[in-house]
Amino acid sequence: MTNETFIKLKNVSFSYDEGNNTPEVPAINDISLEIEKGSFVAVLGHNGSGKSTLAKLLNLILSPTSGSIYIGDIELTDPKLSEADVLKIRKNIGMVFQNPDNQLVATIVEEDVAFGPENLGLEPSEIRKRVDDALELVGMIEYKRHSPHQLSGGQKQRVAIAGIIAMMPECIVFDESTAMLDPAGRKEVMETILKLNHEYNITIIHITHYMNEALLADRVIVMNEGSVIADSTPYNVFTNVKIIKSAGLDVPQQYDLIHELNEMGHKIRQPDTLSIDDCAKSIYNYYKNLGK
Amino acid sequence: MIKDITLGQFFPGNSILHRLDPRIKIILTIIFIIIVFSAKSLLSYLAVFLLSLSCIFISKINLRVVLKGLKPIVFVLIFTSILNIFWTTGEDLLFSLGIIKIYKEGLLFALFMVLRIVSLIIGTSVLLTYTTSPIMLTDGLEKLLSPLKVIKVPVHEFSLMMTIALRFIPTLIEETDKIMSAQKARGADFSSGSLSDRAKALIPVLIPLFISSFRRADELATAMECRCYHGGDGRTKMNTPKLTYIDLMSVFLFILFGIVIIFTNNFGGVV
Repeated sequence: MTNETFIKLKNVSFSYDEGNNTPEVPAINDISLEIEKGSFVAVLGHNGSGKSTLAKLLNLILSPTSGSIYIGDIELTDPKLSEADVLKIRKNIGMVFQNPDNQLVATIVEEDVAFGPENLGLEPSEIRKRVDDALELVGMIEYKRHSPHQLSGGQKQRVAIAGIIAMMPECIVFDESTAMLDPAGRKEVMETILKLNHEYNITIIHITHYMNEALLADRVIVMNEGSVIADSTPYNVFTNVKIIKSAGLDVPQQYDLIHELNEMGHKIRQPDTLSIDDCAKSIYNYYKNLGK
Repeated sequence: MIKDITLGQFFPGNSILHRLDPRIKIILTIIFIIIVFSAKSLLSYLAVFLLSLSCIFISKINLRVVLKGLKPIVFVLIFTSILNIFWTTGEDLLFSLGIIKIYKEGLLFALFMVLRIVSLIIGTSVLLTYTTSPIMLTDGLEKLLSPLKVIKVPVHEFSLMMTIALRFIPTLIEETDKIMSAQKARGADFSSGSLSDRAKALIPVLIPLFISSFRRADELATAMECRCYHGGDGRTKMNTPKLTYIDLMSVFLFILFGIVIIFTNNFGGVV
């Protein structure tokens, strides 16, 4: 991983214009952040904490009310930003949404994957190559002539990811992309995300409700009411149980168990990592020594 | 239950007809319709019928599939035949019983009508809907109509709308099914009562369906923007069909056939 800053937010605020003189509640409240190229960042927060808004600010679907955002060396908040720059940003920051049905455009898988590259105005032969490569990468190449409604949720979501990959972005934002999937579909999508991050060095911003998915990230950002309330490695964030619970979130179950037991007066050693295996080992060792 | 509805019955295959350029197929269909309506004699009707049969043969589509497609019009066929047989008057009286008089012209005319309708249905469905995927069809239409862009007709937008509509038909059918089940679970009754009662029972299905469609539209629009959609300008296509000599040959053959039909109109069984 390089330490080059890729995304930079400086004192960014955003509020939705509700009209009707309703008091403006900022959805994003004075956030400053830097995200490095090639990193895997998980964003947590309960509903309405501003995490989806944050995602939409990154590719100009929304523009901040105040503050500035930089992607690479382009300033998104520059009033002189040209249409070509907007397209360049959207090409570079791909976004995968929650409902796979509502992001597939075409009636055939490969046609859908081609939608992005077609919008970029690439040569037909180049589009063909990118579509095949992207479908190969997400493991959906054998379904390329299928129609989306014949696929499972996880498969549809992988097609949606392929549609983004085919534009060759440097960063992909997953906006609760695993929320509507069953456990098998979630696993498929997470494996794809990890592959993109590890093998292709694509920066990943993964917005999720699943704590165990956040554990796989390099960095976890916890949001509450439009502000960042924690920003560190998964281990540091989740061992700070108070902050997590104050944001209305849960700690991964395996660590929650250790935490609750310790609250009751047990003295279980902190696990080395928050993985299920390590947490189990910690608990096992404690009770084994207790028996002696 | 409503999932069984298939739209634009497309049967994937790899025949010459499947591989023809969709633009050409649309043109061929138009020529075919003109040919069918310009036939006037028994010989030319039989020739047209033969042409539609050979289309089935070339497309390699199962004959049973085509016959199944004809099923809904059997009633229409019988009805028009009866009308033609009993109500056409002519010179050649074949049979009479009281007020019922059957003329040779009536029989011939009935036969012509049957041949015409059957050929029309077989020809258009085999040439277009059975052998062309909906997306190819919309692409073909977009290309054919693209000269209209000059007079500011939003051809690209129309074709994208068609594609999205086709894409969302199964999704919305699934959703309708879900909402109907949900309403049934709350005691809604869709299958009894008078027609107006049943229509009223559908309102609680349609309203949620509309609302969710708007939400879908909003999400889809955002997703499309995220994928750099910015209208038809500067857009390219992955599949750009090129006209082959087979395409041109087929148009040539069809036109030739049309000329032959007009020629044969003067021979055999003219009404």
